[in-house]
Amino acid sequence: MNLCRVLGTVVATEKLPVFDGRKILVVQPLDEKQQPLGKSFLAIDHSSCAGKGDLVLVMNEGSGVRQVLQDKTAPIRSLIVGVVDAVDVPKTA
Amino acid sequence: MYLGRVIGTVVATRRVSGLESASFKVVQPVDHQQKPSGPVEVAVDRVSASPGTLVMLEGSREAALACDPWFVPVDAAIVGLVDEVDT
Repeated sequence: MNLCRVLGTVVATEKLPVFDGRKILVVQPLDEKQQPLGKSFLAIDHSSCAGKGDLVLVMNEGSGVRQVLQDKTAPIRSLIVGVVDAVDVPKTA
Repeated sequence: MYLGRVIGTVVATRRVSGLESASFKVVQPVDHQQKPSGPVEVAVDRVSASPGTLVMLEGSREAALACDPWFVPVDAAIVGLVDEVDT
């Protein structure tokens, strides 16, 4: 799983039926200092409460996502599974 | 999933079985500001996207799951037409 920052929302009217009713967000992966790391991507919000600017936990493994969604053929790989309140990474010497 | 811009089409008469009815598009992946990000790729189009359209794509194994039949050799699929990205 990755820490990500929600950058915004995606509106798509015409899409596969499996995406109906699901919130699609643009997220930016972060490092342990919460600095951007790599390319932004789209994730489905399973927590149902993530919004722009939030720090979130994103699962990036399709098999696990299909297990969570209880849909064996869902074409979804990235799922927001939590909204993060705090991250504590103590500095190492 | 990621964003992309459709920039062309691919015509392929001979295909492996399972992909006979698939439509292929040339897609430039883009970031949240719609700037090109990474190399151009070919994706199976599941939503009839036309050139110039901003689309959302699924990659890896999950791309094949967007296809019908789903047990096909595909690693990128267009799964939605994007109306708006609000960042």
